[in-house]
Amino acid sequence: MNAISDALIITKRQLLQLARVPELILFSIIQPIMFVLLFRYVFGGSIDTGQPGGYVQLLMPGIFVQTVAFTLAGTAVGLTADMQKGLISRFRSLPISRSAVVFGRTLGDGALNVVVLLAMGITGYVVGWRPTSGLLSVTLGFVFLLVFGFAMSWIGVLIGLSVREERVATNATFIAVFPLTFLSNAFAPTTGMPRPLQYIAEWNPVSTMVAGCRELFGLKNEFGATAGSFPSDNPLLMSVIYMILIMAVFIPLSVRKYNRVSK
Amino acid sequence: MKTIIAEDLHKSYNKGSVKALDGLNLDVEEGTVLGVLGPNGAGKTTTVRVLATLLMPDSGRATVAGIDVLKNPDEVRKIIGLSGQYAAVDETLTGWDNLIMFGRLYHLSAKQAKERAVELLEQFSLTDSAKRPIRTYSGGMRRRLDLAASLIVKPKVLFLDEPTTGLDPRGRQDMWGVINELVKGGVTLLLTTQYLEEADHLADEIAVIDHGRVIARGTSDTLKKQVGGERLEIVVENQHMAATREIVAKVSGGAINVDEGLRQISAPVTTGSKALIEAAKLLDEKGIHPLDIGLKRPSLDDVFLSLTGHVAEEKKDEDLASTGKKRGR
Ligand SMILES: Nc1ncnc2c1ncn2[C@@H]1O[C@H](COP(=O)(O)OP(=O)(O)OP(=O)(O)O)[C@@H](O)[C@H]1O
Ligand SMILES: [Mg+2]
Repeated sequence: MNAISDALIITKRQLLQLARVPELILFSIIQPIMFVLLFRYVFGGSIDTGQPGGYVQLLMPGIFVQTVAFTLAGTAVGLTADMQKGLISRFRSLPISRSAVVFGRTLGDGALNVVVLLAMGITGYVVGWRPTSGLLSVTLGFVFLLVFGFAMSWIGVLIGLSVREERVATNATFIAVFPLTFLSNAFAPTTGMPRPLQYIAEWNPVSTMVAGCRELFGLKNEFGATAGSFPSDNPLLMSVIYMILIMAVFIPLSVRKYNRVSK
Repeated sequence: MKTIIAEDLHKSYNKGSVKALDGLNLDVEEGTVLGVLGPNGAGKTTTVRVLATLLMPDSGRATVAGIDVLKNPDEVRKIIGLSGQYAAVDETLTGWDNLIMFGRLYHLSAKQAKERAVELLEQFSLTDSAKRPIRTYSGGMRRRLDLAASLIVKPKVLFLDEPTTGLDPRGRQDMWGVINELVKGGVTLLLTTQYLEEADHLADEIAVIDHGRVIARGTSDTLKKQVGGERLEIVVENQHMAATREIVAKVSGGAINVDEGLRQISAPVTTGSKALIEAAKLLDEKGIHPLDIGLKRPSLDDVFLSLTGHVAEEKKDEDLASTGKKRGR
């Protein structure tokens, strides 16, 4: 029981930081909103999707997934900063559950995602995004995105506790996530890619997430998947498997790392 | 009873090329203060981190209040307080937020945490700045808040790693006062310092460490004796230097040291105040009025120098100059 309440105290600390320095929220929101607007108006005109409602219907799930995938970066940088300031050492000298600090952090970053997704959803609506699947499916889609962000956050824990400098954390996470989001169906059809890249893109968790969300938001996924491959036929199932896998691997690794990190 | 015991601790870094701890042994009697004194890189922080469950030594044994630190860190964490070399508090949050957070992490109820925060802020003269982000605190205020956070549940055993480094003289005095109060309250304290005066002032016993091992220990008096006995020191006007030297030779019999710049003549004496009175009488007979005359016991600086072969003071300034900086490791 203490494990949960300890973690929630750490989460609360993070939310309190947001309350004390509201710019933190502002800038977490501005970037994704900017992405929505840029993609919508810069590429939106030149990409013909054949979908009713245009590119923005396909775009929004892509940007949602990209944004939550980048949760990893916030988690990593936050933990590296805490480590540098000696806070992690201090937490480790307290009689609290061994997983509290990292759980609290991932929950806190997940909570921030709620705000970010809401802001993006509203922006999307303003520029023409209209999910057609009904409230339940749309809600499920957002839950899906939040859980994916939470899972990715655990990769960030491991990175954050493994590097020694905030700048390294920033770069390392960028290198980890950026190719993942672009080697996918998030912004353009995978069918235009060279054959080997297509395979990677199809099996990429970002692609299955994007395809899954498109489905949940009421689109048929006709955006470039090679019909017949397992992940593109079962994007939701595949995404769930990926999320479970990521958490099953990275939660234990991260908790272990936290308890051994020495500086 | 020995509340803290460390036995033959070894810890090396970079595949053995840096030996942070090299067979370190120490113990602290219940309710007393051990001052761990050592130059930069001596292994002070490493020692504290091992004892506070943060670092696994390569080998050795350590217990705190009878609990094995390596096998049972969770139990140890329940009874210790730690304030590290650099203040470790959340800079974005206010002093109040921090104390509440740490209070809750020590499993106090919301109400208890609040009460304790009020008390501690008062005790550390931080009440007025409680609602300001730590970012805006001075170094001394941070340090005090950091210490306050480690005292939330009145630990049995307290580790303070260089608690006054970077504080101004007034801040240091205040901190000493706070620490003395804690010790009166019965806490067992292990404190590291580079300030010899501080060890002298606060510690019941001192362990001098260098290169990861204890090279001397005892009360400050025994350590000083180890280095040598008392010295007679006389400062006179220039024209009396030669005559004074003869007088000192008569009462001392040891090697005489003449410092032209300070106009000081000094020599070891074995008879203490008798030698002093004798010298004063002889000076008076010659009509010499000394500017200063006295018996000096060796300072801890002398102890430090003779034991470690390097000067402790050098580092102090360097350290003061860098306290403002963030550390990056
Ligand atoms: N993580 C690490 N990696 C490599 N070397 C380390 C590490 N931590 C400590 N050391 C080395 O171990 C030795 C002891 O360091 P320690 O921090 O215990 O010294 P200290 O007595 O606290 O010094 P200071 O007065 O500067 O705080 C030093 O030579 C230091 O460089
Ligand atoms: Mg140190």
